[in-house]
Amino acid sequence: MKIKTLADLKKVKADVQKKIKLREQSENAGNVVQVKVAMATCGIASGAKETMSFIIDELDFRGIDAVITQTGCMGYCYAEPTIEVTLPGKEPVVYGYVDKDKARQIIDEYIVKGELVDGIIPVNYKTIDE
Amino acid sequence: MTDYKMHILVCGGTGCRASQSEKIVDAFKSELETRALDDEVKVIATGCFGFCEKGPIVKIIPDNTFYVQVGVVDVKDIVEEHVIKGRPLKRLLYHDPATKSQVTDTAHIDFYKKQVRIALRNCGFINPENIDEYIARDGYAALGKALSEMTPADATQLVKDSGLRGRGGGGFPTGLKWEITAKEKSDQKYVVCNADEGDPGAFMDRSILEGDPHSVIEAMAICGYCIGASKGLVYIRAEYPLAINRLKIALEQAREYGLLGDDILGSGFNFDIDIRYGAGAFVCGEETALIHSMEGHRGEPTFKPPFPSVSGYLGKPTNVNNVETFANVPVIFNKGVEWFSSIGSEKSKGTKVFALAGKVNNVGLIEVPMGITLREVIFDIGGGIRGGKKFKAVQTGGPSGGCLTEQHLDTPIDYDNLIAAGSMMGSGGMIVMDEDDCMVSIAKFYLEFTLEESCGKCTPCRIGNKRLHEILDKITKGKGTLEDIERLRVLGNVIKDTSLCGLGQTSPNPILSTLDNFYDEYLAHVNDKKCPAGQCKDLVRYEIDPDACTGCTLCFRNCPVGAISGEKKMPHYIDQTLCIKCGVCYEKCRFKAISIV
Repeated sequence: MKIKTLADLKKVKADVQKKIKLREQSENAGNVVQVKVAMATCGIASGAKETMSFIIDELDFRGIDAVITQTGCMGYCYAEPTIEVTLPGKEPVVYGYVDKDKARQIIDEYIVKGELVDGIIPVNYKTIDE
Repeated sequence: MTDYKMHILVCGGTGCRASQSEKIVDAFKSELETRALDDEVKVIATGCFGFCEKGPIVKIIPDNTFYVQVGVVDVKDIVEEHVIKGRPLKRLLYHDPATKSQVTDTAHIDFYKKQVRIALRNCGFINPENIDEYIARDGYAALGKALSEMTPADATQLVKDSGLRGRGGGGFPTGLKWEITAKEKSDQKYVVCNADEGDPGAFMDRSILEGDPHSVIEAMAICGYCIGASKGLVYIRAEYPLAINRLKIALEQAREYGLLGDDILGSGFNFDIDIRYGAGAFVCGEETALIHSMEGHRGEPTFKPPFPSVSGYLGKPTNVNNVETFANVPVIFNKGVEWFSSIGSEKSKGTKVFALAGKVNNVGLIEVPMGITLREVIFDIGGGIRGGKKFKAVQTGGPSGGCLTEQHLDTPIDYDNLIAAGSMMGSGGMIVMDEDDCMVSIAKFYLEFTLEESCGKCTPCRIGNKRLHEILDKITKGKGTLEDIERLRVLGNVIKDTSLCGLGQTSPNPILSTLDNFYDEYLAHVNDKKCPAGQCKDLVRYEIDPDACTGCTLCFRNCPVGAISGEKKMPHYIDQTLCIKCGVCYEKCRFKAISIV
């Protein structure tokens, strides 16, 4: 393939940008939406994997810059799949029973509009980092 | 294209490859394949992360988890724990030596906190063997901008305005060099990239070529456009096989995309690059010697003028820049002059890459803004002196530079300050020494290097350095006199004044700067016949303190020449006539019973 003009180069860049998007975003994770999906045995058994794939695809489709990572068991095994959403500059919020529909609702209302959605699990512990 | 949810970046720099990082890449790939995760997780070999002290390095994206000293055996655990279960594998995380806590990401590791990465922006981030990843990071956009929006004169002016200075050592303004070469009229001109990195302990240029070869290629093309050259040459030492290999792959990919060759991006500008191999001679880092070597002649410098900008390779106008200088150029075009000149100090803009080596805790490749102090580099980034010993000196600028001491620790690092302090920027080697290093021996070591690397053309350099070495040898053997010290100074200055090229002109620097800063140590060798650091074998004696010796026989069993005798559980004794002063007994003794006197 030959890149013949500057416009061509820009097109190639747009195509390949995806390849390193994951890495670029994780470099400035503090400035974008962060979603952590609990992916311990309990989470996976309740469908966390599907939830995670859905969130990745959906955010990508909507063009929302986000870092989506998996994490270990958050301890809310009764409410799996659970996800923790951190909007830039805000405190993390944990949601329980997140299937695809719930995930769509969270994206629609919380991530896009910043309005809290039902199903928040109050965080009842502090981590040692704090 | 498959959408990967996770990227595993494995360092593919020379340091980490020496510790089997290639096998780690393979192990990750096969482990992920067995678990059918290979379409979700991508493994990428990158360039140097810089933290060579703790290599091999593995970084997991998007979590940004930074694993150190990873072995092939750890791969399975990382996949099971981190990739599948999503929790970091604690035992491989970096331990902060000060707080004893585990650190998961680079943002919290002291080694990275004060660094600003411009020349190394893509090292450890992209796969250097994939041009697409470079393009995704704004690669070749600078070339596109220059070709489509700017005249060669405008582009040269931009480099000039940025204040970029040559990173190879001299610090000559890059834009000015381009302008001078551009003004020459000729049917053919050349752009040469100097990748002949010869300072002992320096590996900045190698790491850039290994980690981000396209940035150099792109900058060379921009330079070609500015000065009116259609041909580029990279002069690289044959002992850098990985860098050569990656450069070749990169050149091939650039040609395939039409980013090298004829009519680049439809602008009518033609440019291509060839590689020339050097045999690793230090003197060939000097422009004229380098050019002669490329022409197939002996690597000997010639008198300037004519400067290469007038008559260089094959007698044509030639612009020679160093690898790191080139690596800075595309960013300046993309981010602008103001951004670039906002970093650094008054007269030295931007950043400098240093290869931090010697007795510091964090050996590695670092990039810091100009104007940072030596203290910040050595104690904050470097993590202080190994084994809690006392800092003594830092050698910058390689064999051409000098030793700086504690009093210089708070001097901001830039071209002019280092010269004022009696050293120089050089290409960026930085070797840290502690209280156990004898400065006379260090000066002798550097002189041995220049002695070997002198091309022999000029008498002062060829014979003068030999004489300097003999005098130093005499001093380290305890046979020196006060006149010898004076002779070092006089002869050193003569060599500086009368040699043709940079090698000879700077070769006495390690002696002159140690004479200035550590005169007492020379005096101790000459007057008291003592080596304060205990390094000069002819001036030290190992002795066992009979009160502290427990008779454990450890020294007796380890002495290679059988100079130690004594009964079990009784004090031992060293026979000075047999002792070769290797120091093994001193290192082995657990009771501090052996002392150097």
